[in-house]
Amino acid sequence: MPVQYYIFLSIALFCIGVMGVLMRRNAIIIFMCIELMLNAVNLLLVAFSKMWADAGRVDAAAAQIFVFFIMVVAAAEVAVGLAIIVMVYRNTHSVDINILNRLKN
Amino acid sequence: MSTQQIIFLVLSAVALLSAMGVILSKNPVTSVLCLILTFFTIAGHYVMLNAQFLAVVHIIVYAGAIMVLFLFVIMLMNLNADIEPQKRNWLKYAGAISGGTLLVILVAALRDASMPTLQPGATDIGLIGNLGKTLFNKYVVPFEVSSVLFLSAMVGAVVIGKKED
Repeated sequence: MPVQYYIFLSIALFCIGVMGVLMRRNAIIIFMCIELMLNAVNLLLVAFSKMWADAGRVDAAAAQIFVFFIMVVAAAEVAVGLAIIVMVYRNTHSVDINILNRLKN
Repeated sequence: MSTQQIIFLVLSAVALLSAMGVILSKNPVTSVLCLILTFFTIAGHYVMLNAQFLAVVHIIVYAGAIMVLFLFVIMLMNLNADIEPQKRNWLKYAGAISGGTLLVILVAALRDASMPTLQPGATDIGLIGNLGKTLFNKYVVPFEVSSVLFLSAMVGAVVIGKKED
């Protein structure tokens, strides 16, 4: 199976995430779309890892280690981001990101 | 068409449809459930790509921890479709067109790239012994740094989430 299939699948998932970030105003949905984009990249990294393993490279596992680190960063990001969203909700009783433009004054 | 290609097509179709469900559904809880389905299909892709341990970790971390956290916050806020903020229509179209343009450009740029074909045979690169050796031999410093990152995220979440007196 060509690696291109995986590349196109990852691109499609990533672009769906981008569309979600641009189209929605609910902060939680935007956050979930960011997770979707991170996962598209992870899938691509794993596909390239398999590609290099097939080519006989012994260090192809490095790509999968990289995926672990992306998962770590995603988990930390979710913990802090959801705390921020909960605090915004507590103060404004809404998760609409348009309310956040009052930060500029 | 080989079995692998059939599995790939089915998993990809489910992944793309449920990803569309995430951004199109009005109810946030439906979005979360669609995203969990997407994560499970991505885990299926990992198994197909000989990353077995990564697939298990992916399910544990994403479906088990992160999405539960999302669901928890949504339930806590009692969000539903009625109070869902709506963007103006032309902004939605602009977002969809921008994302679609990105998709078209990336696909057009990579369509003619010459890439090798994945072999159907199994490799042991994604097994836990192999990954553990790589992680603790070559990447032990980033591993330790990520523990500091986790600690700071934990402290940050507690500090942000604390009620001010």
